[in-house]
Order: sequence, then structure tokens, then C-alpha cells
Amino acid sequence: MAFLDLSNIRKSFAQSTAVENFNLEVERGEFISFLGPSGCGKTTTLRMVAGFETPTSGTIKINGVDVTNMPPNQRQVGMVFQSYALFPNMTVAGNIGFGLKVKRQSESAIKARVDEMLKIIHMSEFGGRYPYQMSGGQQQRVALARALAIQPQVLLLDEPLSALDAKIRISLRNEIRAIQRQLGITTIYVTHDQEEALSLSDRVVVMSNGRIEQIGTPFEVYNFPTTRFVASFVGTLNVLSADVADASGKIRIDGQDIQAAKSVANTVTGSSITVALRPEVLSLNGHNTPGAINHLTGTVDDVMFLGPTMRVRVRLKDQSFQFDEFNNPQVPPPQPGQQVTVSFPPEACLLLADT
Amino acid sequence: MTRRASPWAWLWLLIGALYFFVPLFATAQFSLKAKKDVLSFAAYQNVLGSPAFFQSFVFSFRTALLTIVISALLIVPTAYWVNLRLPRLRPVIEFLTLLPIVVPAVVLVFALIRTYNRTPLTDSRAGTYILLTGAYVMLSFPYMYRAIDTGLRSINARTLTEAAQSLGAGWGTVLFRVIFPNIYISLLSGAFITFAIVMGEFTIASLLSQPAFGPYMNLLSSSKVYEPSALAILSFGLTWLAIGLLQVFSRRLPGRAQIVGTK
Repeated sequence: MAFLDLSNIRKSFAQSTAVENFNLEVERGEFISFLGPSGCGKTTTLRMVAGFETPTSGTIKINGVDVTNMPPNQRQVGMVFQSYALFPNMTVAGNIGFGLKVKRQSESAIKARVDEMLKIIHMSEFGGRYPYQMSGGQQQRVALARALAIQPQVLLLDEPLSALDAKIRISLRNEIRAIQRQLGITTIYVTHDQEEALSLSDRVVVMSNGRIEQIGTPFEVYNFPTTRFVASFVGTLNVLSADVADASGKIRIDGQDIQAAKSVANTVTGSSITVALRPEVLSLNGHNTPGAINHLTGTVDDVMFLGPTMRVRVRLKDQSFQFDEFNNPQVPPPQPGQQVTVSFPPEACLLLADT
Repeated sequence: MTRRASPWAWLWLLIGALYFFVPLFATAQFSLKAKKDVLSFAAYQNVLGSPAFFQSFVFSFRTALLTIVISALLIVPTAYWVNLRLPRLRPVIEFLTLLPIVVPAVVLVFALIRTYNRTPLTDSRAGTYILLTGAYVMLSFPYMYRAIDTGLRSINARTLTEAAQSLGAGWGTVLFRVIFPNIYISLLSGAFITFAIVMGEFTIASLLSQPAFGPYMNLLSSSKVYEPSALAILSFGLTWLAIGLLQVFSRRLPGRAQIVGTK
């Protein structure tokens, strides 16, 4: 039995449906990210788990208990908000100890737990400070400690790093993951940042327009996207229109034939199909890449030097694509107007269903 | 490099200050001339020594406190609930709370008298006192509601409520441990404005025949010469004391509501 079970969840508002047919089972201690663009329903789903929204239909169970209609203050679910939501009238210690005070724990137990949490977030000397005396990153760490102090069954984080600058975001997300692993708390993390989702999660739930597009490990979601949306949202993707050449998996892109690893099911020879290729799987001809039996020849449109890598845009007849090359001081980069050939293995071809 | 204010800014500041302080100074100077050819506090002594002064002052003071309590009990939960659950109703509530400013006090009183005519509210002193307090509560709405609503919005009351609930807090804990302490200053600012309004109000108290401070001031001005000026200066002092107390309290409270993060 899953520790957290969302079954057939649907949430409608007056004029629209925010979440549709949402099914997810989360194991105890798992770190799950809801990833998607703004308005895709990820925060609405999180708020339903927290109890701040009630599903229109479906059930939510935590550790076998149906909490679908349970008030939020009875669910034993800790939440970290995008805006930190620290209580301005309380010190750091007061904020962290708030949930324990509500539970009427003894002063000594509260102090011990607060000290423990301050140690975990490496802010032992900050107990007497007020929120306005701290930076954004510090406030968010206190918010995390406050949510964890009550030993929640599930930890929910709603884009907790969105308000922070890039450097702090990276260091804090690593801290969050380390703390979550240390404490083994089942966690749901909402983000629109794919790097966050891929680097932190055991599994990623990619959402779009209120529906689940794909659930999988970061490796699966990135390398084997099952829909066009997932392929284009997660990572950079070259999306090319092609025609089916035959049923064995041969397809034609702007007059050039390539071989996909799988045959194309349920299509007629000559019919249109969409092929997606990640920039990193394409290599400039001349590099010995085992298994790279497919070749596409085009004209270099633009070369972007990104430091350790270069991104080269190549034009075919009517379409263009990009590929990445490592920066090699011994090898001059391709020049605009130059004819180049890129190679890639059949397994790199993602044949996408349009959604 | 600090920018200096332009000479024109100083000129307009001077004109404004003169406009405000010259009549005040003149009033204060006049109030000190109760005794012939000598400046004295005789007018102040006469005012403060008058039993009618203290009776009317205490009456209005008590009414002001009652008005503040009733208004807070009505407005705080309303503003909180609108903030939390009914944000679309905010324009409607704002409009309703502004009506007391638009409606003249005379019209308000006659409407009250007409509505409650031949009921205990108009047939007894206690009844008219209830009408007076009710009218003052209505007069306080624009100031109390705006002050409290601004306070709630500045602390993002909705998110704080959800944060407290996620930590196991019920409604009582949320209101008294999280919301009230953080809108305390907003509540005080509305309360002090209400206090100043009630203390100086004349029309409603006069038409309801109540022994309030406003009618006393008016009566004094028609029967005495120097005492009304002294009373005017005392009233200014009272108002500035209320504002000063607000400043003191706002500095003493720990922490500050900060709008952080994005939403």
C-alpha cells in the first residue's frame, strides 16, 4: 500500500477544471516533484494534499487514512511556502516551536526540538532573531525547520526557492535534499524549474493543463519522454517534421533518410510524423561515435560559444536543429555557411505523439 | 551625494506651516488673555475646574472606548474573512464602509430617529445613548476597515493562516496568536482616529441630546469668551497625544510585518 495515495483526483472551479484524472502513489520517504508550467495544476494538487483545497472528486489517503475532507490542521502535513510565511511577531525559535506549542508540548521538549532543528539547518545562533532581520535564504531555512519540527507525515514545498537568487537556490536545494534524506520524510516538491526537479527527485510528475503527462525517474523523463510536451518542456529539444519512409522505422527528414530504433506503428508510408532529437546526442561528423549510423547534412546558421560547450544551429531544407559540441581549443569551431554533417544512433530518435 | 531640497520646496513648506500654526498661535495667545493686561492660564483653570467639562469629557471618552471595541469586534473578523475567503467582495465592503463619509451627520441622525421612532431606542436616555454609539460605530467604519484591511494585506494574512493551519492551529489560535499580534498597529491606528473623531463630534450628539464633549464645546463658545480658545488648544493637545501614543506603540512592538517572496 502506498504511503500517499491520490486517486482519480479532479478539481473544478466555476469556469474551468484545474486538475483532471490525477493518480499518484508515493512510497514512504520518497521525494516527488510536480513539474510543469504556470497554471498546469501542480500547486492546486499540492494544496489539495495540504487540505487548503477540497477535491471535486477523488480521494487522498495518507498512510491508509482518508484525508480528503479532513481540515488542514488535522492532517499532520508540513508545508513550506514560496513566500516563507514566517510569523513576523515571533522570533526564529518562536516560529519553529509554534507547531509544538499548539500541540501543548512541554517547554523543555519544545526547546530541545527547536535546538535540534536549528542545528539541522545550521542556524543555531539565530534563535533570537526576527524574520525581518534575516535574508531570504535564511528565512526559507527557518520555514523548512518549522515545517519539519512537528514531524509531519508528508512535507510539501510550494516553489520554495523561486524568490531566491540563483546561487542561494542551488545551495539551498541541496540542503533540502540532504535534510529530507536524513529524516526520511515523504516529500512533494512543486516547481517549474526542470533543473530543480531533475536534480532533487526520486520521481518527477510532469503536468500540463491539469493532467499528468508522465511520471518517472529524472533519467526516464529526460531520456524517454512519452509525449511531445514532456520532450519539449524537459531539456532542450529539436523537433523536426518528417515522413514515414517504410514500416521498419526508416523516416525521411527534408529528403534525408534516417533510421529510428523502433518501427513506427499504425502509420502509412508517406504519412507525417514528428521526430525529436536532443542536442547532446548529435555529434559533428568526424568524431567516432559507435552506433551513430544516422547522418544529417546541413548548413551552419549560427554558432553560440557557451564556454565549456558550443551550440551550433544547422539549417536543413526547410527546418533547422541545434547540436552541442564540447569546446576543444585544438579544433576550430564550425563557421556560418559551412556544410556540416551530424551523426546519431537510432536510439536517439524520439518519435512523438502529438498532445 | 545628498540632494538638497529646492528653495521652492522650502517656501511652500513655510507657507503651509504658517497657514497651520498662525491661527493656532493666535488662538493660544487669545486663550492666555483671560486676565486683563497679563498672560495667564486663568481660562484653562476655569475650563479644567468646571464640573461640566469633566462630565462631558468622561462621557465622550467612555463612548469613544465603547465605539472602538464594538467597531473592532465587527470589523476585524469581517476584514479577515473578506481577505481570506471573499476577496471579490472587497470593493463592495469598501464602498459600504465609505458611506458614512458621504452621508451628512444630520441626515444620519434623522434617519436613525425616524427608523427607531416610538421604540425604546428613542424613548429613553439609555436608548438614545445606544443610537449615539451605533452612529459613532458607523462613523468609524471607513477608518477602522481601511486600517485593518491594509494591515491584513501587508502581512499576507491568507498565507500566514495557511501556515498556521498546516502546523495544527485551529481558528482561535490563528486569530489570537498570529493575526491579531500582527495587525495590532493597524488596529491602534484605526482606534486612535476613531477616538479623535468621537471626542470632537458635535452634530449627532447634539441632535440626540447627549451630554458629550462636542456639544459642551459649542455651549461654551456661546457663553464664554476666552474659555473656548483654551478648550480648542486642549482638544488639539488631546489629538496630538493620541497620535504620539500611536508612534510610541508602533516603535515598541518587536518585529515588523514584511512582504517577502513573490506570489
